[in-house]
Amino acid sequence: MIEFATLLERLAFTPSRTMKLALLKEYFTMAPDPDRGYALAAMAGSLSFAAVKPAMLRALAMERIDPELFALSYDYVGDLAETVALIWCPDAGQHTDMPAPSLSEVVHTLERLPKAEVPGVIREWLDACDASSRYALLKLITGSLRVGASARLAKTALANIATISPDDIEEVWHGLEPPYEALFAWVEGKAPKPDAKDAPVFRPPMLAQPLENVDLTTLDPADWRAEWKWDGIRVQLVSTPGGERVYTRTAEDIGKAFPDILAIMQDLGSRVVLDGELLIMHGSSVAPFSDLQQRLNRKAPTAPMLRDMPAGVRLYDILFEDGEDLRSLPFDTRRERLESWFARLNPPRMTVSELIPFSEFGELAKLRDAARSEGIEGLMLKKADSPYVPGRPRGPWWKWKRDPLTVDAVVMYAQRGHGKRSSFYSDYTFGLWRTVEGKRELVPIGKAYSGFTDEELKFLDKWVRDHTTKRFGPVREVAHGLVLEIAFDAAQYSKRHKSGVALRFPRVSRIRRDKPVEDADTLETFIRAFL
Amino acid sequence: MDWLELKPEGLFCAPGAFYIDPLQPVAHAVITHGHSDHARPNHTHVTATPETLAIMQLRMGEGRAGHTQQPLHYGQVTSVGDMQLWLAPAGHVLGSAQVVMEYRGQRAVVSGDYKRAPDPTCVPFEVVPCDLFVTEATFGLPVFRLPDPAHEIGKLLHDVRLFPERTHVVGCYALGKCQRLIALLRNAGYHDPLWLHGALLPMCRLYESLGIPLGELRSATVAQKGEMRGGIVLAPPSAIADRWARRLPDPVVCLASGWMHVRQRAKARGVELPLVISDHADWDALLDTCRATGAKEIWVTHGREDALIHALGKMQIQGRALRLIGYEDEDEDLTTGAPA
Ligand SMILES: [Zn+2]
Ligand SMILES: [Zn+2]
Repeated sequence: MIEFATLLERLAFTPSRTMKLALLKEYFTMAPDPDRGYALAAMAGSLSFAAVKPAMLRALAMERIDPELFALSYDYVGDLAETVALIWCPDAGQHTDMPAPSLSEVVHTLERLPKAEVPGVIREWLDACDASSRYALLKLITGSLRVGASARLAKTALANIATISPDDIEEVWHGLEPPYEALFAWVEGKAPKPDAKDAPVFRPPMLAQPLENVDLTTLDPADWRAEWKWDGIRVQLVSTPGGERVYTRTAEDIGKAFPDILAIMQDLGSRVVLDGELLIMHGSSVAPFSDLQQRLNRKAPTAPMLRDMPAGVRLYDILFEDGEDLRSLPFDTRRERLESWFARLNPPRMTVSELIPFSEFGELAKLRDAARSEGIEGLMLKKADSPYVPGRPRGPWWKWKRDPLTVDAVVMYAQRGHGKRSSFYSDYTFGLWRTVEGKRELVPIGKAYSGFTDEELKFLDKWVRDHTTKRFGPVREVAHGLVLEIAFDAAQYSKRHKSGVALRFPRVSRIRRDKPVEDADTLETFIRAFL
Repeated sequence: MDWLELKPEGLFCAPGAFYIDPLQPVAHAVITHGHSDHARPNHTHVTATPETLAIMQLRMGEGRAGHTQQPLHYGQVTSVGDMQLWLAPAGHVLGSAQVVMEYRGQRAVVSGDYKRAPDPTCVPFEVVPCDLFVTEATFGLPVFRLPDPAHEIGKLLHDVRLFPERTHVVGCYALGKCQRLIALLRNAGYHDPLWLHGALLPMCRLYESLGIPLGELRSATVAQKGEMRGGIVLAPPSAIADRWARRLPDPVVCLASGWMHVRQRAKARGVELPLVISDHADWDALLDTCRATGAKEIWVTHGREDALIHALGKMQIQGRALRLIGYEDEDEDLTTGAPA
């Protein structure tokens, strides 16, 4: 428990990915089985005991401490588990000589212990732990562990031990269970790669490079296929004798949020692995990304959501069919297999992403710029003979995004960044003009924290410091004196913002020192142009 | 006790006609220790330990640390009017003292700031039995049971070994915390040169001249960036996450303070490695000390008095909140989030 607690503490405070990886790797190398496996399960959210209720913790704390002192403390700390962890005074002489429980002891005990006996055991554990371990224990058993590291990061750290790719781990991951002893044995070179057998495992997807610095005239259009790049969530649909899954491209299982898609796959009963884009579709038209976002935000959708925001999948590729691995076949062959599979089964709420006929790239460029419709981000170019290779190889697939939209906005607030940027004001809230009751005022429409060079960041940081008018903790309000050209991918209406609009992927594209703030855009022209 | 009273200038001892740590210039001030909220400039006559007087001189400059000065060693009794006065070690920083006053068979003790945890840079706190004990309560909540500082130093050194290509910059207060950190590092076997922000060096030199060895200290301000890689840099808390720190190669931001015990506090400061090291008594130490003095009456000066007075009440000790305004914990300014 102590090592796990130390790891959690360090991860929680470290913003740097490299540091997190190093800390995780150190832990996975030093901690014994099965503890490290349960730690990995805690990060991946795959532990299976019933969570302990906060009321029980409070009751336990009250046995030891005066209610008035507890209330004052809770008020100050603001978090129940942390308050109990800090305030807990080990019962003198009773359990203080007991060693702190190991992570696996905690997991095993809670998996089988009758409910009535849980408080007694927790009391003993709390007595045996120090404050930092008590905190980790309480967060773990109440199911409110925020590790500060994603499952993907933990797998990357594991992969670093064996100098394999995290994708290799993804390929077996969903066929394994805590405490993952076979996985650790494999990465440490003590056992062969675990066999996923019939489990619905994730297959690392093939990703495209942005089409930049590529001379299209050197490419023969006849060797290439073009498709629309849809603005949804890239997903992998997996159906095996072991079950059905919907994975994101980072191997997150989002099936629970999309029971409509899972049900269709179950009905089909076809053993396939498909690559596609998850979209909210009304008939053949694609709903805005924000609708999809709402579905993603829910662990399980409500009945009205399922009715009003029905999900669908636009299929790009087929990776497996009836146990046959198709990934080494050329794109054209896979495409034929996909089309024939589709024609045979005619699955509801799925479509095959259409191929766009073209004879030269110039035509495509025109199509791309004209396509401002909902749900299209740009074009994909795929080499006709390209096999399906995990990762982001340069050459076989290109994504050709349409040029971003831009707006000239005024900086209103700035906030300190994180990690390496913590000494810089690097997050900027920007706004547009509007007129309310005859008065012109700025209304914030978004926040940007990227897109600038290091030199530009230095300038912006200094500008913020020199023009601060008010401070609220880490936030500074600044005088209205600087215009930024903000690039973004799309605009949409939003009830959550005061301005009523929101931007997708806003970033700073240029600092407009030349532009007087009065000449920045108005909300009205913005809405007319982009919504 | 009716001969110790609260006035706008501060706590006043009537029979001796002196103030303890007054907030405004007075004719006679007895100063517990050198922190700027307790030791203020321009008193006419100042009584304090020789170390505190030296610290005041360094901080305030010649002439502002009292027109006349009376050095008083720990335990050395002096008569003021028809009362007796002496100073006892408080264990807070070098020279820190409790003020012990005896008058008509009664004894009152004003603790100033104090701690009970070991500190290689100052004389440990001494319990003085008394009728009235005036205590601080900076960490007057039961959630503040602070860990052993050696454990926190171990955490820092482990991190330094784990990330040898990064530079650990530790925020610490210039008087007391800084020197204690250095001494703790040396005790833990760390003998590499330490890099110091310019604002910390003069106080360290004074500690050394007063017999506290600190090992090799170098100026971080004039150092080449590459020289400090893998090393430990000490700086005032206001500098660690601000422009000054940009001169350091790939810094890990650490902060040594009792407030780091609570996660939200540490998070709000953007600290990457919080080190729970405090120069104040923690909750257990406050209660133990109040009990050990045997005082029937306890006055609480600054800090979180509600919880402490409540807990004393349950021990049948009468507590009273003085609510002295103007004293702040030297670490408190770190956590208000105002970038300096
Ligand atoms: Zn102090
Ligand atoms: Zn103080």
